[in-house]
Amino acid sequence: MGASQSGRVHMFQDLADKTGFSIEQINNLRNRFMYLTQDEDTLRREHLENISNLALNPIRRQIIEAFFDKRNLGEKEKGCLQEIGFEEFVMVLSFFRPPKPRTSDEEMKNIKKEKLRFLFNMHDTDNDGVITLDEYRRVVEELLSSYETIGAETAKAISDAAMLEVASVTVGQMGPDEFYEGITFEQFMQILKNVEIETKMNIHFWNLDKRTMQCGK
Amino acid sequence: RRNRFGCYQKSKRMFILVLGLLVGSLMPLGGASGSPGSGTGQDECKKNNGDEKNGNKTTKKSFPVLSLNYENVRLPFEISLWVLLASLMKLGFHLMPRLSSIVPESCLLIVVGLLVGGLIKLVGKAPPVLESNIFFFYLLPPIILDAGYFLPIRQFTENLGTILMFAVVGTLWNAFFVGGLLYGVCQLEGTNLAGVNLLSCLLFGSVISAVDPVAVLAVFEEIHINELLHILVFGESLLNDAVTVVLYHLFEEFTNAGTITVTDGFLGIVCFLVVSLGGIVVGAIYGILAAFTSRFTSHTRVIEPLFIFVYSYMAYLSAEVFHLSGIMALIACGAVMRPYVEANISHKSHTTIKYFLKMWSSVSDTLIFIFLGVSTVAGPHEWNWIFVVATLVFCLVARVLGVIGLTFVINKFRIVKLTSKDQFIIAYGGLRGAIAFSLVYLLNPKHFPMRNMFLTAIITVIFFTVFVQGMTIRPLVDLLAVKKKQETKRSINEEIHTQFLDHLLTGIEDICGHYGHHHWKDKLNRFNKKYVKKCLIAGERSKEPQLIAFYHKMEMKQAIELVESGGGSKLPSAMPSTVSMQNIQPKKPPQDRALPQLSKAREEEIRKILRTNLQRTRQRLRSYNRHTLIADPFEDGLDEILIKRKKMKELEKKISQMNNYLTVPAPPADSPSVARARLASVPDRFPPTDPQAWGLKSVTEIPTIKVELVSPQNPESVKVVDEFSKKGSQPKGSEEEGGLTMRVPSSEKQRKDKTPDEEPQPRFMRCLSDPGPAAEDEDEDEPFLP
Repeated sequence: MGASQSGRVHMFQDLADKTGFSIEQINNLRNRFMYLTQDEDTLRREHLENISNLALNPIRRQIIEAFFDKRNLGEKEKGCLQEIGFEEFVMVLSFFRPPKPRTSDEEMKNIKKEKLRFLFNMHDTDNDGVITLDEYRRVVEELLSSYETIGAETAKAISDAAMLEVASVTVGQMGPDEFYEGITFEQFMQILKNVEIETKMNIHFWNLDKRTMQCGK
Repeated sequence: RRNRFGCYQKSKRMFILVLGLLVGSLMPLGGASGSPGSGTGQDECKKNNGDEKNGNKTTKKSFPVLSLNYENVRLPFEISLWVLLASLMKLGFHLMPRLSSIVPESCLLIVVGLLVGGLIKLVGKAPPVLESNIFFFYLLPPIILDAGYFLPIRQFTENLGTILMFAVVGTLWNAFFVGGLLYGVCQLEGTNLAGVNLLSCLLFGSVISAVDPVAVLAVFEEIHINELLHILVFGESLLNDAVTVVLYHLFEEFTNAGTITVTDGFLGIVCFLVVSLGGIVVGAIYGILAAFTSRFTSHTRVIEPLFIFVYSYMAYLSAEVFHLSGIMALIACGAVMRPYVEANISHKSHTTIKYFLKMWSSVSDTLIFIFLGVSTVAGPHEWNWIFVVATLVFCLVARVLGVIGLTFVINKFRIVKLTSKDQFIIAYGGLRGAIAFSLVYLLNPKHFPMRNMFLTAIITVIFFTVFVQGMTIRPLVDLLAVKKKQETKRSINEEIHTQFLDHLLTGIEDICGHYGHHHWKDKLNRFNKKYVKKCLIAGERSKEPQLIAFYHKMEMKQAIELVESGGGSKLPSAMPSTVSMQNIQPKKPPQDRALPQLSKAREEEIRKILRTNLQRTRQRLRSYNRHTLIADPFEDGLDEILIKRKKMKELEKKISQMNNYLTVPAPPADSPSVARARLASVPDRFPPTDPQAWGLKSVTEIPTIKVELVSPQNPESVKVVDEFSKKGSQPKGSEEEGGLTMRVPSSEKQRKDKTPDEEPQPRFMRCLSDPGPAAEDEDEDEPFLP
């Protein structure tokens, strides 16, 4: 018992260094992980799908997929896993950690790039490095999926308009016969540069062990 | 000849009318001048009558052709004169751009007020003082309503905790610090201020510690700092009204009562909660009423703005009846009703509301500052060096200490911490203004013998903050390189991703089991969608998701812009781009195209027909009366209109359904000429193809935005829906290659760059001049007139 405790603390320290969380935050996350997986070692998709609040979310599919996406776990290869361990869980969540107050501008740019990369990976479901029109259309459809009355044509119109905008802003001049493949990561960064991702894409991770146990499923 | 005769008749009639009016207006004046004691300006007439009476009782008194009766119109005349003076001053300042870039407008206005007050005093009359009633009931509400209606809700709620901390705890700290230290100073020997008791000092402290929204708005709007700082300081200035009201009444009561007990202190806290929450509840109730009323105004569009204004004003007054916080009621009312009202009212009403609010608040703001200047000259003053200087110093010190201390605590809970630059701006932006002055003016001199001294001190502090801090904040902001406001145009991509982020963060919060900001916001949104929107929004729009509404708005705005810019003749382009839809679409095999190839000649013919239609319609749109707001169809070509009227009915219905998207104005009884003009103008944007062509496609192939609105129509109205809704997603093969409409695809892309930033961040400067119709697309009263 003592050995595994110290082993766990050691692992936590590693994780803390790698992801930037504090030890208390990692402890809380560990408790939450155990709660979600019902004390198993690995997290599977069903565990996340069991969260009732998540069921009301229109983009839950993509959120759940993001946890199992190898690209988010720092691996060079593409594809997805079937189950992840605690370490991967924390790594994915580290994308939402607010930047520390004394980060330099350089680091802020890197953080912003990482967060945008996470978003990009969420949209680019076929892992080809480009968000095609179809993929973008699916994104818009998912966003509107909670409104039953909206037909597919609407989503198509909106996603078409959005793609058009991206193409116009980033590429500019295109002949009538050229074909715009899709949104690359650089273009993605360019169109979202006004949305302050590094300050917006954060959630609060509590230091104190207040809420992680008694919150909803 | 017919015209000339008609003109002659008209001018003769007018002459008779004018003569009649003249006689009619002079009669009562003449009659009035005969009555005794009717004012100072009628001495001559009186003398005339008197002479006649004394001299010769039998002769008839002469008919007074011209007489003076000032007393009758004295009050409205003077008010109008002041308003005119204020507006002319404003005009003058903006004609001198160098001056207005150095000195903020509020300073200039106070100086003008000083001059005017000095002039009036020289003449020998007593200059008018800023009566508290006038200030609180007439001058302040427009400014607050303007602020509340256009409050950026998203930023406000995100920073609500911080704002509340500054507003409540910060103001309390300021009040007690300043009040307590002043009392200490008063107790010192040699200041002969021993008559000031603790309660008076505390009251004074509570009045002077409140940051003033009028002053903050006046200065901050000109310096364009980033939204976070703006909303922090501005939000604080709005919410601290509750604290000020409670403290003010509390200390006033205690001064009357004489003794304080612990119960009283406890009651004070309860009172604070009642005042603030009560004010918000009152405001919210009126806001919901206004939203509900606006649901039914589709047939009486003209009075829609009136409802908004009256409901808001009633909210303010109702809150004042119970001594609740009127400012918070007004803010709550405006913020609550806005999303629902905007979904219900017409575009014209929306513009009216916006411009009226800006106009009223601008006039109010100007008048307040001028009157501050005049009141300074009017006095009464009692200058006490030590007291005034001590007040000033303590105010500044308290503000700085308060901000630093509170930020230290707040930063533990904030995700985005406040830097020291931010803190400096927040501390420096704590301007005092007319509210403090008016509150002190209201004090009863019997209970507060040092009232005049308080007035003097407050005026000094106000002058210092407005002049010194107001003038230096702009160079300081530049010096410290504080982040300025980004003039972003909300693009569809940003909107998509903002919504995506919202859902993503909510989902992650759920996974972490953390009930945070996003979770509750999501819950509120869902509640809103399920229950509230259905009650308060009329018709189909209640079920509409925000993304679609945004998309519609953007589309329509771009359409209007394109029409207004002359159908593509002059394109204020930012980024010419030749990317069009066909670059995006995956390559389709050619047999999918159902559009027949059009010859160039045919296309040109069609364009010419449509263009001439547009020209004729432009001439036709002449007048409207205020009851119906339709174009007068009885110019020429009446029979043409009658023929086309039936076809246009469906068109109007379609357009009226799109009416709410801040778009092409469409009162239900739209004249066919207007509708046809719209129809005719749109093809300048989309290349005209053979009308038969559309008949080939079935309805399902044509992407329409609102599927549920498309009712079985004849092909012509389907065609119109196409033009409004399709984004050129039809492959435009022949037209592009034809070279006739090469401008059109590029203009589509430029549209997006010209889209003014409307709903999400309406930042219309009250103090700065309206840039005019070129920069904004609001002049849709005359979209088709050259």
